[in-house]
Amino acid sequence: MSAAAHIPSSTKGEGGAQEVRAPAGSRWMAYLLLLPGLLWLGVFFVLPLVQLGAVSLQSRWPDFPGYYYPDLNWHNYVQALTDYGPHFARSFVYAGLATLFAFVLAYPLAYAMAFKAGRWRGIMMICIIAPFFTSFILRTFAWAQILSDEGWVADVLNALHLLPGGQIINTPIAVVAGLTYNFLPFMVLPIYASLERADPRVIEAGGDLYANGLTTFRTVTLPMSMPGVLAGTLLTFIPAAGDFVNMELLGPQRGKMVGNVINDQFLAIPGGYPIAAALSFTLMAAILVMVFLYVRRFGTEELV
Amino acid sequence: MTPFPGRTRRPLSPEAAAIVAAMPRLTRRTLLGTTAAAATGLALAACAPPEPPAPGGKATIDLPEDLSDQEKIINWSNWTAYLDVNEKTKKYPTLEGFMKETGIKVTYSEDIDDNDTYFAKVGPQLRAGQSIDRDLFTLTDWMAARVIREQLCQPLELAQMPNVVSNLLQPLKDVPFDPGRNYSVTWQSGFAGIGYNKNKVGRELKTLDDLWADDLKGRIVVLSEYRDTAALVMQAQGVDITSGWGKTEFENALAYIEEKIDEGYIRKVKGNSYMEDLTSGNALAGITWSGDIFILAYDTGDPSWTFAIPESGATLWSDNLMVPITSTHRRNAQQLIDYYYEPSVAAEVAAYVNYVCPVEGAQAEMEKIDPELAQSPWIFPTADFISENNIQAIRSLEPDEDSEFADMWSSRVMGN
Repeated sequence: MSAAAHIPSSTKGEGGAQEVRAPAGSRWMAYLLLLPGLLWLGVFFVLPLVQLGAVSLQSRWPDFPGYYYPDLNWHNYVQALTDYGPHFARSFVYAGLATLFAFVLAYPLAYAMAFKAGRWRGIMMICIIAPFFTSFILRTFAWAQILSDEGWVADVLNALHLLPGGQIINTPIAVVAGLTYNFLPFMVLPIYASLERADPRVIEAGGDLYANGLTTFRTVTLPMSMPGVLAGTLLTFIPAAGDFVNMELLGPQRGKMVGNVINDQFLAIPGGYPIAAALSFTLMAAILVMVFLYVRRFGTEELV
Repeated sequence: MTPFPGRTRRPLSPEAAAIVAAMPRLTRRTLLGTTAAAATGLALAACAPPEPPAPGGKATIDLPEDLSDQEKIINWSNWTAYLDVNEKTKKYPTLEGFMKETGIKVTYSEDIDDNDTYFAKVGPQLRAGQSIDRDLFTLTDWMAARVIREQLCQPLELAQMPNVVSNLLQPLKDVPFDPGRNYSVTWQSGFAGIGYNKNKVGRELKTLDDLWADDLKGRIVVLSEYRDTAALVMQAQGVDITSGWGKTEFENALAYIEEKIDEGYIRKVKGNSYMEDLTSGNALAGITWSGDIFILAYDTGDPSWTFAIPESGATLWSDNLMVPITSTHRRNAQQLIDYYYEPSVAAEVAAYVNYVCPVEGAQAEMEKIDPELAQSPWIFPTADFISENNIQAIRSLEPDEDSEFADMWSSRVMGN
């Protein structure tokens, strides 16, 4: 996300167009410096991923629930998609809604912090980061209590006849609200970072060129903050699509998300590991494709 | 990576140059390729899953060396609301007594919410022979049967547990899954039936059908253990759960439960954490375990919490203390089991948990604590009470049936 890394090389140094090649020795040094990172990725990312892939193709040991034998059982993937297609769709819809709501809430917040907050900026920043000091599960539990049937939120909304079912908790609304709440900081911070870097003189120039406030925002401010918006939407959507805690604690019995299905297959079903692994792989692939298309459509060169 | 201008590399000696030339050129592509190949090889080697014990079981089981003499500790996994507790000090009086008596430090964890989720967590580690940092866990009959069959628990030395030998109730001395009780000892037994708040519901709930009322819509929780919830439904549908039923009967029960969820009557299907929903007021009634409701009444100070056996009957189950195969403190654990089979200790626990006490002589001890509780059918049920109320134990399932039913339950009721 750093713009500094992308300054064209021609502006660097006095050498001009002369191409410099690192000698072989320093290339070795570069590999050596990469080694800890590569090892880390190898041990904690590649290895588990390969293991997950292997498990997703295993078959159940007949008569011994919870035991498996190595196999190439592609049927696991077929079953994952046919049985749990709606759960994938639901996850993406809920995560998409949460991302949208988080964006709508986060943008004005980030804008205010970057341009209007003045000396309040630090306090606003603390307010956004402070929730991270307690565990995300505890905060979600707290919401479960606040939104419970006999809590004041439900009481007030019921008194105003705003709750058709008479309850908030254990509804999809609570789930989307929980997802929005939990991932909001991941949306605010990148947008804030890119707005804060924006040169206010460029925005002023919009006014000087007779653009009204809205046009300036649309043609100057928003494009300048796009890298932050893109990063924020990805940081919100990806974890929200795989989340199961909000659904578990705030959601209804019917209409689970794919994260809950994976959790159930791993933890509640004797012999569910292969399906759970196949579901995880499919989810990962689906998110990867969606992110790829999204970045190609909206991506700016400054991202990554 | 910027080169230092003017600095030249010292030329290599001819020998070194030859060696360098002979080495395969390491490019980024080959480096990544080699790493990936190595990782794949490693993972395939590491991920070969453990195999089940051979038919008939291993002739000898390798038990870990028992360190009970050197390490005076026990780590015990149990369910919530399953041991007497002092609300003020947050300590467990009977456990404190044991620690004082023996000098063994017990770490008590209420980390079992449901048999399946608990065992899904620790099972793979036990199968791989790894420590789960527990010396005692409390599992329901059917899960105990599975654990014994897979040889994932240690045989117990009954000779070291004289109280168990003399005080275990006669019918529990020989259970189908553990004849002679060589691997497991009953902790408590209990019933699954209807738990509700009589005040808030405003009437008595006597049958399962009473739960599906408009004013209770969305305020019902049921247990995630299908051997309780589906069994109660089968009983209501006139099925004898002790024998003879199969997939058809189970399907019927599932369809019934699915319908009640879809129509919005059942709010949640949960493990032991259903008590949170009853406490918070999200749920007013449900299919629950007997003792929990008495503890709820005690904890909330609201005596209108009521447990009822549906007219069609209820289930009876037991939870069993077992020592995981990788524990190194079996002898300490045996001492603890034996301690809880002293009638006075058992009575003290029963007076709090209100579950069926498996200890002979505890009823007499209970007279001293609370004569009324000594007559409680929830703690000391008579054979007549059991038969008159159609309280039954669900039949044991074959392993493949177990997987199939668990799949059906999970995909249609739990996660949909």
